Amino acid sequence: MKITEDTVKHVATLSRLEFSDSEIGEFTEQMGNIINMASQLQAVDTEGVEETVQVVDRDTVFREDKPEHWQDREELMENVPEKANGFIKVPVIIEKDDNE
Amino acid sequence: MNYLNETIDSLNKKLASGEITADQLAKDTVANIKDTDKKLNAWITVDEDAKPAENLDFAKNKLAGIPIAIKDNIVTNGMKTTAASHILDNFMPMYDATVISKLKKAQFTLVGKTNMDEFAMGSSTEHSYFGATHNPWNLDKVPGGSSGGSAAAVAGGQVVAALGSDTGGSIRQPAAFNGIFGIKPTYGRVSRWGLIAFGSSLDQIGVMSKRVKDSAEVLNVIAGSDDHDSTMSTREVPDFTKFLGQDVKGLRVAVPKEYMDAVDGKMRELIQKQIDLLKDAGAIINEVSLPHTKYVVPTYYIIASSEASSNLQRYDGIRYGYRAKDTKNLLDVYVKSRSEGFGTEVKRRIMLGSFALSAGSYDKFFRQAAKVRTLICQDFDKIFAENDVILGPTTTEPAFGIGEEVSDPIKMYNNDILTISANLAGIPAASVPAGLVDGMPFGLQIMAKRFDEGNVFKTADFIERSNKFYEKTPTGMED
Repeated sequence: MKITEDTVKHVATLSRLEFSDSEIGEFTEQMGNIINMASQLQAVDTEGVEETVQVVDRDTVFREDKPEHWQDREELMENVPEKANGFIKVPVIIEKDDNE
Repeated sequence: MNYLNETIDSLNKKLASGEITADQLAKDTVANIKDTDKKLNAWITVDEDAKPAENLDFAKNKLAGIPIAIKDNIVTNGMKTTAASHILDNFMPMYDATVISKLKKAQFTLVGKTNMDEFAMGSSTEHSYFGATHNPWNLDKVPGGSSGGSAAAVAGGQVVAALGSDTGGSIRQPAAFNGIFGIKPTYGRVSRWGLIAFGSSLDQIGVMSKRVKDSAEVLNVIAGSDDHDSTMSTREVPDFTKFLGQDVKGLRVAVPKEYMDAVDGKMRELIQKQIDLLKDAGAIINEVSLPHTKYVVPTYYIIASSEASSNLQRYDGIRYGYRAKDTKNLLDVYVKSRSEGFGTEVKRRIMLGSFALSAGSYDKFFRQAAKVRTLICQDFDKIFAENDVILGPTTTEPAFGIGEEVSDPIKMYNNDILTISANLAGIPAASVPAGLVDGMPFGLQIMAKRFDEGNVFKTADFIERSNKFYEKTPTGMED
């Protein structure tokens, strides 16, 4: 499988990351090498083999759905980068033009 | 306070008898860290006003008043927790990880947080926003990673024990590089609540210490079920110290040829010597095969990166963490905050994970890796049906030079070939010092079946008693 600059740009969009042109070039080469290494896995015969996505020996664990009060709003807001009047501040979400 | 010749027992005695007060111990520990860390850079945060808990009960709590280092991806209420990332460099947690609550209940002293590879992604502690950590045996060498700060802090005598985390060898490899003991317990033995997530099906908190017994003491405190982590086992936790000082006669030891073939020369001789020590004491040695060993690196990097790309979606610059300036809209906040906030290695893993999970690649990469993982687990099941422990080298080489491998991700990834299987299979594994190779420490890895930390401790303790590596002092700390 060939990793192209377009593949890298597409994956960057999925990852919510942006790169400079020189970084794109570097990542394309490195990802190509890593994917090339990962392609070795195609050589393994996995016909009829189940997937392992976790190694827990318990089934789905249920608990009572009871509310717990353990944090103050003020405390929670302390890590917020930009805030106003007790709310989290973000740039405009809906551009004016969208409504016109 | 320098801890090179101390153990939790020796400190507990001194504190109980009043030879030293816990207040003084905290002060002396901080003073020594500030002094020696100019060389090591093992810490991200040191609390200069560190205070012991009140009403210390030295008879009930072995750890009472004793400082233990905490890796900076384990959240601590009111103490900055960064995961060594710019994106969290100002993050102040509002709660304690379960392991911290348990340590606090046991009255340990929190003095600060140790350096690591950003988000635990790396095996050299060079990928830290706060600069690289240096190896106490040779300051020009890496301490390994990602728990390199915790390892250097223990090996350099700054603390008696430390918590680390291990997703693919991040406790065992730095333990091996620094000539100390380090154990990754069974997945499900120690709560991950409050551990900043990297690969959730692989991550496990564990302990590092110079002496085997001290890790058993700390694991006794942090292990056990937790309602906040539904992957936790509910089975009873044994007293791990009771596995120490035991006879190894009849212990069934498997030695995979793939692991021994990964090292040669002095390294192979040194590991063989440790195996011979066990043999001479009556252990039964069996040569075995782990046929899928050559596939563990790609399997691991696909699975770990896929889980990481999902876990790291939460860093969006909105509720906490770094937010980029001059953004025009919401998408801009996400993209710019993440692009400016994450380091290169983290971005590489997110990209690899997003790729492996994306349409057109999922079956070929993620699903196939998950199937190969099953085969890797089955390799272990077969061996553990007839053996108690698996032994081999922890790493393929001793600590490498700072800057030597940082630009070659594939080389760096292949370093982990001997440690990552234990994470894929969820089994307990430790590294115990085997000796020195060209002046640098080299580790023996011990693995056992799930929830059988007992045999890991039993074997490690035997090796420690036999080779007495702890009598050696790190060579890089002298002026």
